[in-house]
Amino acid sequence: MAIDHFPLILLFPLLGVLVNATLGKRLSLRASGGLASLTVFLSFLVAVQGFLALRGVTGDAARVVFTLWEWIASGDLRVDFSLLLDPLSSLMVLVVTGVGFLIHVYSIGYMAHDRDYPRFFAYLNLFTLAMLLLVLGDNFLVLFVGWEGVGLCSYLLIGFWYERMFTATMSTAQAGQKAFIVNRIGDFGFLVALFLIFTHFHSLRFATVFAAALQHPASPAVMTAIGLLLLLGATGKSAQIPLFVWLPDAMAGPTPVSALIHAATMVTAGVYMVARSHVLYALAPAALDTVAWIGALTALMAATIAVAQNDIKKVLAYSTVSQLGYMFLGLGSAAYGAGVFHVMTHAFFKALLFLGAGSVIHALHEEQDIRKMGGLRRALPITFATFLVATLAITGFPGLSGFFSKDEILAAAFQAHPLLWAIGILTAGLTSFYMFRLLFLTFFGASRLSPERAAQVHESPRAMTLPLMILALLSVVGGWVGLPPVLGTHLLGGTEGGFLGPVFADLHHVPGAGHGGHLSHATEWALMGVSTLVALAGFAAAWLRYLRPAAARDLFRAPASVWQRLLADKYRIDELYDAAVVRPLAACAQFLWRWIDEILIDGLVNFSGLAVRVGGEVLRLFQTGYVQTYAFFMVLGVIVLLLRLLA
Amino acid sequence: MIDLNHALVVAFLLFGTGVAGVLLRRNAIVVFMSIELMLNAVNLALVTFSRLRGDLDAQVLCFFVMAVAAAEAAIGLGLVIALFRRHESIDLDRATLLRS
Repeated sequence: MAIDHFPLILLFPLLGVLVNATLGKRLSLRASGGLASLTVFLSFLVAVQGFLALRGVTGDAARVVFTLWEWIASGDLRVDFSLLLDPLSSLMVLVVTGVGFLIHVYSIGYMAHDRDYPRFFAYLNLFTLAMLLLVLGDNFLVLFVGWEGVGLCSYLLIGFWYERMFTATMSTAQAGQKAFIVNRIGDFGFLVALFLIFTHFHSLRFATVFAAALQHPASPAVMTAIGLLLLLGATGKSAQIPLFVWLPDAMAGPTPVSALIHAATMVTAGVYMVARSHVLYALAPAALDTVAWIGALTALMAATIAVAQNDIKKVLAYSTVSQLGYMFLGLGSAAYGAGVFHVMTHAFFKALLFLGAGSVIHALHEEQDIRKMGGLRRALPITFATFLVATLAITGFPGLSGFFSKDEILAAAFQAHPLLWAIGILTAGLTSFYMFRLLFLTFFGASRLSPERAAQVHESPRAMTLPLMILALLSVVGGWVGLPPVLGTHLLGGTEGGFLGPVFADLHHVPGAGHGGHLSHATEWALMGVSTLVALAGFAAAWLRYLRPAAARDLFRAPASVWQRLLADKYRIDELYDAAVVRPLAACAQFLWRWIDEILIDGLVNFSGLAVRVGGEVLRLFQTGYVQTYAFFMVLGVIVLLLRLLA
Repeated sequence: MIDLNHALVVAFLLFGTGVAGVLLRRNAIVVFMSIELMLNAVNLALVTFSRLRGDLDAQVLCFFVMAVAAAEAAIGLGLVIALFRRHESIDLDRATLLRS
């Protein structure tokens, strides 16, 4: 089946943006949101066609390129605005449009009480457009356009309720600015990497660059630099150490935004980019190892913070950072397929968790503190059931989606370095602990709501519960496309065979890429057993700690030990950055403003104005307005000229 | 013996008187008459030079000056009347519109 019409995927959300941005104010909520959802659904249909067309295709046939126009032609630099549909981008498009569609529908219910819904849906469609451009770009520059586009939409949507405060000291607008500025640091790395790629490989097209890199790789130092700079870009967008600090504050946005942008799609852009650049990383083993270690450390650090948070969305935000760390751990262990697989399953269950949290927040009228919830499972049965499924999926309950993808990553990490695996498994235990803590505190035990509020709690409307149920289904079955070798065939495939096979086939040209050999079945069973046991241990610990009747009393007690305080304060990393980076920069800016700008530059400008004015004042003295004075000066001039002529 | 140099001296004195009148007097009519004086001083100089060179061209120019002076008299008097209508006076010190 030919799939040459795949650029339509981009066209539909573009139309949605145009209509909602221009006519949105005249549309009803249903029309505006319905239109936005419809455009994403149409894109989804085309994406499904693309997926079907690419199934079972190998080699160059699995790369469909569509050039829209020649974009830049300047000297050596030739960049087309062209799109690429291959198994990797196809899978990403499926996730973006599929999960995106469900979240659009959910938003119709969630934003029902907001007057500004046309703006919301226009931004949401714009985000979808930018994200699709990001994953469909055929060269680094188109990817970069999408990359910046999603960053812009993220900023706009975090600050969507711009008149509200997010925390006592931070407005939502400031949270948006934080996300944007932190991302700029990553974008700087990304841009420099692009310059390096262009100077060494004379192209920005993926296929050309990778072929050139395989044939004539640059020096190891340059390859490592490219890898690390790309990674810096990825750490910004995908919230890894050291640039993860913006993601928890991005929760200032409406919950569907957190689900779509800050859990399911945009934050996986870094994972996609690294997976896309796998050839460059295969040629730079040091950079690849850095990816793995950054991923592992981020996963562990974020999981420990998540244990001590009390805001339902904050817990999920740190959980997202942690899960993104898993994905980087997979990529860094040269298991690119596993990383991308986890992108997909994570999109299902994390979107579900966020939407479930949104449903809870909606039902409780903007209450987000889990210490003030409890016992909600009877009032919100659908939300509870779906949330439970998502929790089981993320903690790696055998058979659910998270189990397979996480297991694949852990198996790859085990082959890469046992310590990486140990960190991963420890994180898995913590994940299980904080997720069940969240579940127990929110839905189990006695209700800690005030009685009048408890009476008002109601299950969310159909537009919100339906996406929850579909996502719950996907969270269960979504992992079955990637069964581990012991259980059956791997439909997605990592570096060989399977759907993603053609994308990563060029790794065979790199000697030593991928950490050789398959694990024996016994080892694989053992690893699965250990991760299941660890997840159970986390569950048991949460059960013992938070389902005791006395647990409710301890909730509001201030953190006792230094360690607990440190976790509750998120390791004070924000404070550290504030002291080490933000304040010196602010002081520097203050100096430039007060001294260089206000005194030096403004002084020069004002001086030139003053000089002209004083000069004018002096000249004014000669302009008496009397014709006779003027005539006098004329005569004087004539006499001077005459004397000059006669002398 | 009066020679042509004396005529030129007279022309110069006449012109100087005219300039002084234009620059120093405040009465518009007097200023106006001073201008006429300057024109006629020039005429005298022209006629003198014509005589000196034995060439009639300068005398022709003299007629042009007279014609222009007549036209200027018409416009100048009109201006004086306009000034008077505006200020009830022909004192040039009060004609300071250019200043603001």
